[in-house]
Amino acid sequence: MNALSITNLQKTYASGFQALKGVDLEVPKGDFFGLLGPNGAGKTTTIGIITSLVTKSDGKVEIFGVDIDQDFPRAKKLIGVVPQEYNFSIFEKVQDIVTQQAGYYGIPRDAALANSERYLRQLGLWQKRDSPARELSGGMKRRLMIARGLIHEPELLILDEPTAGVDVELRRGMWDFLLDLNSKGKTIILTTHYLEEAEQLCNTIAIISEGGIIENTDKKTLLRKLDHETFVFEVSPLAGREIPLLAGTNFTPVDETTLEVTKTKEQSMNAIFDHLSSCSIVVESMRNKSNRLEELFMELVNK
Amino acid sequence: MKENLISLGAIARKEIIRIFRIWIQTLVPPVITLSLYFIIFGSFIGSQLREIEGYSYMAFIAPGLIMMSIITNSYTNTVSSFFSAKFQRNIEELLVSPTPNWVIILGYASGGMVRGLSVGFLVSLVSLLFVRLPIHSLFYTVLFALLTSFVFSLAGIINGVFARKFDDVSIIPTFVITPLTYLGGVFYSLSLLPGFWQGVSKANPIVYMINGFRYGFLGISDISIFIGLSMLVFFSVALFSANIYFLKKGVGIRT
Repeated sequence: MNALSITNLQKTYASGFQALKGVDLEVPKGDFFGLLGPNGAGKTTTIGIITSLVTKSDGKVEIFGVDIDQDFPRAKKLIGVVPQEYNFSIFEKVQDIVTQQAGYYGIPRDAALANSERYLRQLGLWQKRDSPARELSGGMKRRLMIARGLIHEPELLILDEPTAGVDVELRRGMWDFLLDLNSKGKTIILTTHYLEEAEQLCNTIAIISEGGIIENTDKKTLLRKLDHETFVFEVSPLAGREIPLLAGTNFTPVDETTLEVTKTKEQSMNAIFDHLSSCSIVVESMRNKSNRLEELFMELVNK
Repeated sequence: MKENLISLGAIARKEIIRIFRIWIQTLVPPVITLSLYFIIFGSFIGSQLREIEGYSYMAFIAPGLIMMSIITNSYTNTVSSFFSAKFQRNIEELLVSPTPNWVIILGYASGGMVRGLSVGFLVSLVSLLFVRLPIHSLFYTVLFALLTSFVFSLAGIINGVFARKFDDVSIIPTFVITPLTYLGGVFYSLSLLPGFWQGVSKANPIVYMINGFRYGFLGISDISIFIGLSMLVFFSVALFSANIYFLKKGVGIRT
């Protein structure tokens, strides 16, 4: 069964702007799914429609087989959402925010308090439970929204840019938390601008651009589509050496000890190393110039 | 149904916590303002005026002043709370949940009623410092207070739905509700007005609320209390239905 099934989803705003031009998307149950796209591509509109904050112009959305046009309240119970921007009252206490949300889902107060303690502890917010939300740091506010999104134990968790503005350590902690949730069977849909994040976390990736899905496949298949890859080599001093041409490879000296190497998918790294060795150039270290998914993403959205 | 009641309780709890968290803004100012009305109009000026229908001027205006505080605070609470929820976007917490629209409306209205009736109760206590108020009919007193508070709480939600900026929150209370309340017979009996203005006054719905409430205390009224009750029931149904319609259409809250 699919956790989410979207057919021909369209949205035209009152201004006449067509944000979605017939999106089709399927997210299998238990998947960790990444929805990527440049700003204004339609990611947040899509999530808004799934969560009822935006009214669709046309199309069909099903959550675990429940059509939102037929029984939206039942579909909503299956979804937890962590929005991009803070949307809680900053004057309310942390635990109140979470338990109120449980109440909105019809969860009795005793169970809401128990659930809130569990998630606030897991997300490192228990000590702050009686603090007004305005006193939380940016990272804590993000975690509060995750706790709130999980409080009613949804089958599908949708996160819209959950780690935006979060420091590296905290981001890694949130990744571990989300991977753990996914390993326990929760379906997760993630939108992010950090393509490294999508590459690390997601099993399936869809790319949306100008209101339409332009790619939707599993991560490995997607990365195999990358035609070119660019590496940065730290090398022994070039000392004015000319590097002879090598098929499927382009060498661009950046400075005396840095070389940018762009290779086609067919060219092997061994051949490149051999070629540089023959020129008496020693490769001391290497790294990808940018994230592989990022390269592919740029290639696809700029087509 | 049980889940809806839990949801209603959660919204009401949140609203009540808000009212008492900022009690210096929500409860104290109206009590101070109304105390000044009692001192100036009731005590200083009222002592120089003759009785109205067998009651001192202070006793005559006290029910109207209590009702004025109920009306203003019920309305102000829901409009500010709903607009604030839109402004901070925490209204989305409710919109993404399965909470039905009627529960959202009743939840916010309950907050308005708690504030309106709390202030009304406090103002009633203050009035006892100045005048000994009889209670002719506790049933009508409570019924008019509850229904009026409900009606203005619902009206406040509609204002909150349409408000786009903070100025929009205070326009209706300042330019509509306050004048209609002052002209609604708080300070005078309609029988003191010339015939034409009596007729005009009867087009003011607040006249019926104040007179019905005054009837509960003093047993006197310029209008039929049954017409007053009918109007309150009509406005309750009409405003509740309007709220349902606006929330269903997503006016001001969904794109």
